[in-house]
Amino acid sequence: MTAFGKLFRTTAFRLTLVYLLLFALFAASLLGYFAWNTRRLITDQITSTVGEEIGLLSDVFNRRGLRGLVFAIENRALRPGSNLYLVTTPAGLAVAGNVGSLQPGVITSTGWTETAYRRLDEQDKADHRALVRVTELSNGFRLLIGRDLEERRRIFGVVASAAQWSVLIVVILGLGGGIFVARRVLHRIDAMTGTTQRIMAGDLSGRLPVGRSGDELDRLAGNLNAMLERIEALMMGLKEVSDNIAHDLKTPLTRLRNRAEEALAKSSNESEYRAALERTIEESDGLIRTFNALLMIARAESGQARDNMVDFDAAEVAQGIHELYEPLAEDNGLMLNVQAEPAPLHGNRELISQALANLVENAIKYGQSKPVAQPLGADVPDVAVAANTATADKTILIEARRDGDRVILGVIDHGSGIPEADRKHAIERFVRLEASRTLPGSGLGLSLASAVATLHGGDLTLSDAQPGLRAILSIPARIGEGLAAPTPDVQQNGA
Amino acid sequence: MVTERRTLLADSSNQMRLLIIEDDRESADYLVKAFREVGHVAELASDGEEGLSLADGGDYDVLVIDRMLPKRDGLSVIGSLRDKGNRTPALILSALGQVDDRIKGLRAGGDDYLPKPYAFAELLARVEVLSRRHGGPAEDTVYRVGDLELDRLSHRVARGADELTLQPREFRLLEYLMKHAGQVVTRTMLLENVWDYHFDPQTNVIDVHISRLRSKIDKGFERPLLHTIRGAGYMIRDGVR
Repeated sequence: MTAFGKLFRTTAFRLTLVYLLLFALFAASLLGYFAWNTRRLITDQITSTVGEEIGLLSDVFNRRGLRGLVFAIENRALRPGSNLYLVTTPAGLAVAGNVGSLQPGVITSTGWTETAYRRLDEQDKADHRALVRVTELSNGFRLLIGRDLEERRRIFGVVASAAQWSVLIVVILGLGGGIFVARRVLHRIDAMTGTTQRIMAGDLSGRLPVGRSGDELDRLAGNLNAMLERIEALMMGLKEVSDNIAHDLKTPLTRLRNRAEEALAKSSNESEYRAALERTIEESDGLIRTFNALLMIARAESGQARDNMVDFDAAEVAQGIHELYEPLAEDNGLMLNVQAEPAPLHGNRELISQALANLVENAIKYGQSKPVAQPLGADVPDVAVAANTATADKTILIEARRDGDRVILGVIDHGSGIPEADRKHAIERFVRLEASRTLPGSGLGLSLASAVATLHGGDLTLSDAQPGLRAILSIPARIGEGLAAPTPDVQQNGA
Repeated sequence: MVTERRTLLADSSNQMRLLIIEDDRESADYLVKAFREVGHVAELASDGEEGLSLADGGDYDVLVIDRMLPKRDGLSVIGSLRDKGNRTPALILSALGQVDDRIKGLRAGGDDYLPKPYAFAELLARVEVLSRRHGGPAEDTVYRVGDLELDRLSHRVARGADELTLQPREFRLLEYLMKHAGQVVTRTMLLENVWDYHFDPQTNVIDVHISRLRSKIDKGFERPLLHTIRGAGYMIRDGVR
């Protein structure tokens, strides 16, 4: 597209053209009206002066006869800027006056005529135009009085040229303004287009330029930038997932392959083959689990699981998970307790159950390794929250409660805990802290719990349970935002 | 695995007629072969249209339908069948294994949903349970396996002359196992049907529940009833039938 074509296609420019046309039409019609009225006014003035003079001279003729009339006319004709006068015989011969020539037939017809004429005293050959009135005197002589129309023509010319100029100026200003506005808009749109094209080409870090004026384009650019921010975060998440998949699934895959290869090369009897195949199946089951967990996290993070949100009681979830894991904890020499008070919540029940299950599994897995009288550092907070349970380090507590307009789902164990420096790190995908490398698991439990919390607008925090780990899912209740009617005793969160 | 399948075959007293609608040639062939190996009759359709016309015309015990199919997707096949009044149980196989997809599949008229990749033992167990349901098992109020008796109304459980005390969840676990007595029930099936969770625990949480139940119903008795089927799950049955 040519530069002009592009300019022409802008909305701003097209609007300008429409307005330009409207204003030009307005200016032209205004001036046209003015010109027409001026002309009429001048014509009126001419007719009235001429009429007046005819009356006057007819009077002279009546009182003093032809001689008096000729005398009066000669007298008047000599004045500078005088009217046109002509007296003729009934045959049309000029008797007196200042008119040299007329269009033929003018003098014979009485009444108003517009005619070309030439003055008697004029040297140039150019004809002028005049408005004349011819009357027949009582003796058959004819009297012509007229007024030159030069003045009218000049005034009309002035108005006409004013009209031309004003239309021209309107057009120039309008066109210039239109081009200016359109170019300005086009420039900014082009900048936006350029950036978006770069972004589409793969450079997700690009952002649209946002001016300081806060106009509609700035607001648009701001919103688009926010959208890009989100897209970039999602893409980063996706990239991270694929990187992690590549990195952390390749290891078990390699192991799987090596085992199969080894079995093929070394196994000599059926039972050896069988053992190798069984290990292979186990390993691939583990891989599938890891893969599912990764997909689940990606899904939770991208917000796709926002469908299927319902109102439910977090206490029931806590009790359900407690019921499911209590025997497992006991088998591991731990005691799993639950403290649940009604805590209605709007969310994806399945995901929240799974997040809590992950926290409990974690606590069972790591909560049993009793700390070897690990002295806590000097940075211990004064409030010894778990002080009275510190000795009973074989318990794991699942709690569900309401905290203002949030719902707290927590799992508190009294195992070895996670050193403060590692806590943030622990939530990241695939991170299995050094101390736990020997235990089974994909290392995704905390990441999934965290992703689920994020999906619900909440967060997962890890803190020291002195000793042990306190993992808390804090999620805005948002009760009543879903399809189900809010329970009456629930404090509405107006957010 | 091969021996396991033979075991399963021995237990599944009645042969099933299955229709597998799957477009991937290799997995379809694998399924047909595997089902035939355990003694079932399996037919194959490789796209949605073919599957629909076969399912509509044939008399099958269970349909195994891939979610994404050429010409007509799996959910729409099930939907059309249901619209025509065909209630043949359908199990949906899908690479989309997430909770929402499962719910969508069940809403469309599917009876069970199994995400890919799956273990054949899991698929077989689920298909057999579906087929039994289709056969219209009497919703008895009392289940009996050997000398073990469970009364669903009074919540009484007894083995021989001994009354057993079970926790509510243990009762439901036993109820589910006995409802499908003689059939393999997988861990995932238990988690889904007894606990109503659809996630995959990383630990052997179900095994612990089973072992508790086992200690209550089998401990001290000569003949064990609750069996572990390696590589598949659990089965309750009278050992010497």
